[in-house]
Amino acid sequence: MSEHMTTNQRAALIELLLQLGDDDFIYAFRGAEWLGLAPHIEEDVASASISQNSMGHAVMFYELAEELGLPEANELAHARPAAERRNSILLERVNGEGSYMGTPTYDWAYAVVRNLMYTIAKKVKMESLRTSSYEPLNDVAIKVLMELHYHLMHWKAWFIELFNATDEARLKMESAVGAVMADFGDMLEYGEKEEEIVAAKLIHSSKTVKERFLMELEAILSKVNQDMSLFTYSLKQNGRNGEHTADLNQALATLAEVYQVDPAANW
Amino acid sequence: MVKQFSEATERMIEKLKEVKDPEIDTVSIVDLGMIQSIRVVEKSVSIELLPTFLGCPALPIIKKNIEQTLLHLDDVRSVEVLFVHSPPWTSDRISKAGREGLKKFGIAPPPRYFQDDGSWQVDCPFCQSTYVTLENLFGPTACRSILYCKSCKNPFEAMKPVSTI
Repeated sequence: MSEHMTTNQRAALIELLLQLGDDDFIYAFRGAEWLGLAPHIEEDVASASISQNSMGHAVMFYELAEELGLPEANELAHARPAAERRNSILLERVNGEGSYMGTPTYDWAYAVVRNLMYTIAKKVKMESLRTSSYEPLNDVAIKVLMELHYHLMHWKAWFIELFNATDEARLKMESAVGAVMADFGDMLEYGEKEEEIVAAKLIHSSKTVKERFLMELEAILSKVNQDMSLFTYSLKQNGRNGEHTADLNQALATLAEVYQVDPAANW
Repeated sequence: MVKQFSEATERMIEKLKEVKDPEIDTVSIVDLGMIQSIRVVEKSVSIELLPTFLGCPALPIIKKNIEQTLLHLDDVRSVEVLFVHSPPWTSDRISKAGREGLKKFGIAPPPRYFQDDGSWQVDCPFCQSTYVTLENLFGPTACRSILYCKSCKNPFEAMKPVSTI
């Protein structure tokens, strides 16, 4: 449909691409902060690899936006202030108290729950993009899904193992679920441009993706003896509309530090 | 005219066999099945490449190596390398020579089939034993997993299968 796009459709497409790119970008950043801190070395390798894949996905969505006339991917990633970011607020939240530069007390249960919830949400969206009216998204979605297959397998394994481990582990996981679901409200929303995004048949409506998300989640919960009661959520703050928390400013200040000093720096 | 065109393409493919995976020097990008198309117009070559894994940091290195290698040919003046996502790269694009090259490096080639539950099995690249365990789905690079052979007691890596199914 790229040649026949109206101005509205184009704006809707750019909006969606930035939501997808921003989600993966900040998710990869928070994941990378765990480097060297994960519970054991095998996990360090695994979660670093997942972060790397996800950063690759972000680049691809930014490049698709670039093809539509936006600034280059590097600038989209580094130079936009928080108010212009479209990621879900769940993904920008810090990993816990402290910083990897000092004494971090990150919460692994929170990481596992957040990563699993995001991966399921992303899977549902990618499956929808396979039939998007914007063809370049069809191939990209297939490619992402191949890699996501492994991410999902990984986070599902942690989620099920920890829930079914000790009483203490279960309590920690339940508390992490509470913290994650409190911020989940905007994950499957598209913000102010939803109507245009859905009308252009770029992706299924938020209502449909939410139904599919719940189906995927229910299948996993049956393995940890949980029902949906802990997993309810509501929309309070919408990152899709640029409503963010102070945690995003902190992340942007850190990740764009070199870029702000020298935008042409060669890595 | 048509014949000349395909001869030139053949020659490019032959030359491209010199471009190895920067992290696995026994396998060329041709054997990995990364090349989607080659267009030769007079002294300009344009190549479409399929990335194996999207976040792979070797991709820009491969691009640079392709440019340098082809520019060595007397009749090539300019080289353009484009990454494309259609069709998506799958591990069954790796040639027989590619699978042999992986084994030579100590990496089990990607299995051709998945089990019903999405899991898969490979044999030890050193002793061919099937008595192996998966240590980590993720490995030192995006495309590899870490396994352990219980027969010859060697750790080894396997290239992850990726499929559109």
